Amino acid sequence: MLDAKIPSGPLAEKWNKHKFDLKLVNPSNKRKYDIIVVGTGLAGASAAASLAELGYNVKAFCFQDSPRRAHSIAAQGGINAAKNYPNDGDSVFRLFYDTIKGGDYRSREGNVYRLAEVSVNIIDQCVAQGVPFAREYGGLLDNRSFGGAQVSRTFYARGQTGQQLLLGAYSALNRQINLGKVKMYTRSEMLDVVTVDGKAQGIITRNLIDGTVETHAGHAVLLCTGGYGNVFYLSTNAMGSNVTAAWRAHKRGAYMANPCYTQIHPTCIPVSGDHQSKLTLMSESLRNDGRVWAPKTVELAQKIQKGEIKAIDLKEDERDYFLERKYPSFGNLVPRDVASRNAKQVCDEGRGVGKTGLAVYLDFADSIKRLGEDTVAAKYGNLFDMYRQITDENPYKLPMRIYPAVHYTMGGLWVDYNLMTSIPGLYALGEANFSDHGANRLGASALMQGLADGYFVIPYTLGDYLAKIGPAPIDANRPEFAKVKSEVEDRIKTLLSLRGNKTVDEYHRDLGKIMWEYCGMSRDAEGLKKAKGMISELRADFWKNVIVLGENEEVNQSLEKAGRVADFLELGELMIDDALNRDESCGGHFREEYQTPEGEALRNDDDFAYVAAWAYQGDNMPEELHKEQLEFENVKLTQRSYK
Amino acid sequence: MSGNMNLTLKVWRQKNSSTSGKFVTYKAPEISPDMSFLEMLDVVNEGLVKKSEDPIQFDHDCREGICGMCSLVINGEPHGPKRATTTCQLHMRSFNDGDTIVIEPWRASAFPVVKDLAVDRSSFDRIQQAGGYVSIGTGGVPDANEIAIPKVIADEAFNSATCIGCGACVAACKNASAMLFVSAKISQYAMLPQGQPERYARAEAMVLQMDDEGFGGCTNTYACEAQCPKEIKVTNIARMNREFFNAEFIKG
Amino acid sequence: MSNFSNAFSSTLGKKLVMCLTGLFLCSFLIVHLTGNFQLFKNDDGLAFNQYAHFMTHFTPIKVVSYLLYSSIIIHSVWAIIITLHNRKARPQGYAIKPKDGSIWSSRNMGILGTVLFVFIVVHMSNFWYQYHWGETPYVEYRTDLNTGATITKEIQASEFTDYVSYIDNGVEITKSKDLYKETQFAFQQWWLVAFYVLAMAALAFHLVHGFQSAFQTLGWNHHKYRPLIKFVGFWIFSILIPLGFAAMPLYFFFLK
Repeated sequence: MLDAKIPSGPLAEKWNKHKFDLKLVNPSNKRKYDIIVVGTGLAGASAAASLAELGYNVKAFCFQDSPRRAHSIAAQGGINAAKNYPNDGDSVFRLFYDTIKGGDYRSREGNVYRLAEVSVNIIDQCVAQGVPFAREYGGLLDNRSFGGAQVSRTFYARGQTGQQLLLGAYSALNRQINLGKVKMYTRSEMLDVVTVDGKAQGIITRNLIDGTVETHAGHAVLLCTGGYGNVFYLSTNAMGSNVTAAWRAHKRGAYMANPCYTQIHPTCIPVSGDHQSKLTLMSESLRNDGRVWAPKTVELAQKIQKGEIKAIDLKEDERDYFLERKYPSFGNLVPRDVASRNAKQVCDEGRGVGKTGLAVYLDFADSIKRLGEDTVAAKYGNLFDMYRQITDENPYKLPMRIYPAVHYTMGGLWVDYNLMTSIPGLYALGEANFSDHGANRLGASALMQGLADGYFVIPYTLGDYLAKIGPAPIDANRPEFAKVKSEVEDRIKTLLSLRGNKTVDEYHRDLGKIMWEYCGMSRDAEGLKKAKGMISELRADFWKNVIVLGENEEVNQSLEKAGRVADFLELGELMIDDALNRDESCGGHFREEYQTPEGEALRNDDDFAYVAAWAYQGDNMPEELHKEQLEFENVKLTQRSYK
Repeated sequence: MSGNMNLTLKVWRQKNSSTSGKFVTYKAPEISPDMSFLEMLDVVNEGLVKKSEDPIQFDHDCREGICGMCSLVINGEPHGPKRATTTCQLHMRSFNDGDTIVIEPWRASAFPVVKDLAVDRSSFDRIQQAGGYVSIGTGGVPDANEIAIPKVIADEAFNSATCIGCGACVAACKNASAMLFVSAKISQYAMLPQGQPERYARAEAMVLQMDDEGFGGCTNTYACEAQCPKEIKVTNIARMNREFFNAEFIKG
Repeated sequence: MSNFSNAFSSTLGKKLVMCLTGLFLCSFLIVHLTGNFQLFKNDDGLAFNQYAHFMTHFTPIKVVSYLLYSSIIIHSVWAIIITLHNRKARPQGYAIKPKDGSIWSSRNMGILGTVLFVFIVVHMSNFWYQYHWGETPYVEYRTDLNTGATITKEIQASEFTDYVSYIDNGVEITKSKDLYKETQFAFQQWWLVAFYVLAMAALAFHLVHGFQSAFQTLGWNHHKYRPLIKFVGFWIFSILIPLGFAAMPLYFFFLK
């Protein structure tokens, strides 16, 4: 059994008590510590800035050309905080409760409570930085209800909340760079982690401009490297988002927890063809006024697919508003996982629309009739414009076509309450860890978690570890560094020697198709087993037949992509193992075999109320499962129902 | 939207910042009008890789118009012919069958070419590092609602804050001036109460850093505003001028 | 903390110099045009010659005139400095000229400015230099103060010592260099008239951008005042003033 080191005592006092119990680093000693932060999204930038403010020397790394480009920037909806400004009954406990329940009771009470607790500080911090949140006419902050929450606790900055929060964290980071406390390495990709005597003491990076393989030593390493949604090839993640840093750490001993928990977002723009490189998400606020439907019969759907008739040609009784029909009380506002799965079912039945038949309608005709086109435009204008730009269809006249897409990964590196992975000195923050969202993440909670980890958790918990190991300098000349570095160089050489006949992107697409088909919105044991075989074959083929061009000593996109896809191929297999192991349905993990008679997710709390943390055992060896039992002392586990 | 298109691309190829570059012509056959511009380049690149030729390097990441990483001057226009759009959101239906498309990198001495169409925009980061922040640490800040900000001011500050730092303003400007970018950040903080304590020091520091990076000066042609994918207004530049002159002559 | 050298050596400072000298030159245009309207007076140039003498001999105006000369020089030299600096910012140009939605004149202030500089040199050597140091005709006006009738007579250089204006027996006598005649002579040449008109077109385009641009540089770009600035910049500075100036050579060429 894994120990999450959750402090004892009443839920509401755990974090405070823990903060007191944590050891402190003497202010004059802080400058003797070097901290490595990989990734500069919300978690990474906020951690790097906050640690530098405390006095530590920070080295921060990102693969993009600027820390400001991290994919946190793309978050649209908002950030939750239990401020209760609207006086509508919110509280830290309610945010905690909603998050635990939303996560389908697969997250830790202690962590989630802490998250809810520090959420209020995040808003204060961001406002002080000059983040331009939406405001009321009185000059105070505006809140909205989001993702079906019953209170208005979401702070937002138009549809660009992630951008504004990231620019806030980036500005804090810039200030520390200017003060010389953070050294920033852009266009640098972490390729491995170095452990000495079992402790993380450095990383190996590749400079993406000239290929230099560099060694960086530090007293602790923080991975803030985001999620692994791109294992599906098509996702709403950025093109560069990858699992390499986390996966390399996993192969050095960090456990990977709940990798099968994947969030599929229901309102994305459908795939238009094989050339598609990524999917675009539209805020789920669209479901507040849009009605989801599909043609009632396969025949009608086929006519639409062939372009013989249009959506507006269908009469009311030829339309199936399937969410409203199946969930009369929540209707179109059911949680993300439920909405997504139902869309898939409809398409699987052959009732999907669009050329590919992989889409359902999101129709605003009724809202436009009721509210007027101007009101609808004021609320959703920018989303409608975006839709029109991509699809060349006018959503004011024709219903939107939507389809679910991979959006977020709840799984990630296993961390304890201090955000430390199973490798001492190696931490994981933000989406890169698994800790707070359980099996399903609520809307507007990702930004909250990234910033909570970076601004308000790691500055306390890291000090405890640092105080214990002491400030003696880390020696980058130890043989462990040279060894890992040469392993990294060998891997690069091997990749560069591959001159087969299939491009990296082709492998990535193939992997994505397998993952989406068998380990996507719904899974079953048979399909998962089949997929495991397919991935294993694909991986073997990759190492024989992939084309990697050019040399190491240059900008080499082939090489960069090849390294990342190689890691995705390994991760894919572990995701399948995890999905196979979890004989229940919960949140983003839906196993066909485990559903209620109405087709809803059926949890098995007796056998699976645990975190599945996987330990790497060696190439082509089955990974070892470690379990962390989840204890629920403050909430009662119930079946989610949206009928 | 009807059939696929056959296009000719003239693409700037340059191995790295220390070599000189040249245009190379490529065929882009069977391009679907539903593809984004970058997806079209993906297809061309995949063809090149299959022929063991070096793929075209271009910067891109989020592909939804917000990260600011994509660039490209397409037929003389930064981010291509559509207004208020980044290259990643430009679709091929904006082009016609048989078109020749000339693709160049951002050109400015402060944006040296990294490879082909990718340039080094770290000068933008250094300008932000010079003063694009409010000097507060984590923790110890007042409650968020202790600072009331009139909605109109908050909204205007937001308009300035939407800059994605792509550099299209520099690419579009005949002088390769970065003033739209710099002024957007200076304006955001100049308008907000949080930015007041460092208001003038910030304006001075950021402008001087901008000059050090080797950007040109503004001659008020407003090409930047016309090409900005986020429609940042040149009134920001006026405000920056005001802030800077105030810093130099009155408040500094 | 900061010092003035930063202020003026920065790109913004250099632009401020352009803006302030430019606006000063704009204000001069108004004075110059108003004064030169005397040319249209049907008095054989009496008022104009009186005005010319006043402008060249009244001390405060002389001081301002040196300010004006230096403004022209600074405006031109700074333009060259700024242009060179801006060229350096883009060593490698685009293969396809950027289509950027900007107006033509805003991109070609240098060309327009060069035309204007050549014009100023020609203009000053034609009139200002001739008036001060060159050879001009001389004129004597005798105005009967009772009747108001004026008799104009060309006089020889030998009859002229200095500008005088006095009353003798109810007759006001003024002896002066005859810049009016000089103007009349000059504008009998069609090519000079054409050059003047062309230069005023350049002035119009220079100012259609320059005037409002100066306010942008100063930071006075406010949505309330922008329409006013645009109106004044367009109608007064790039239509009325150039038209007024262009009317003078045309008037002399066709009507005198």
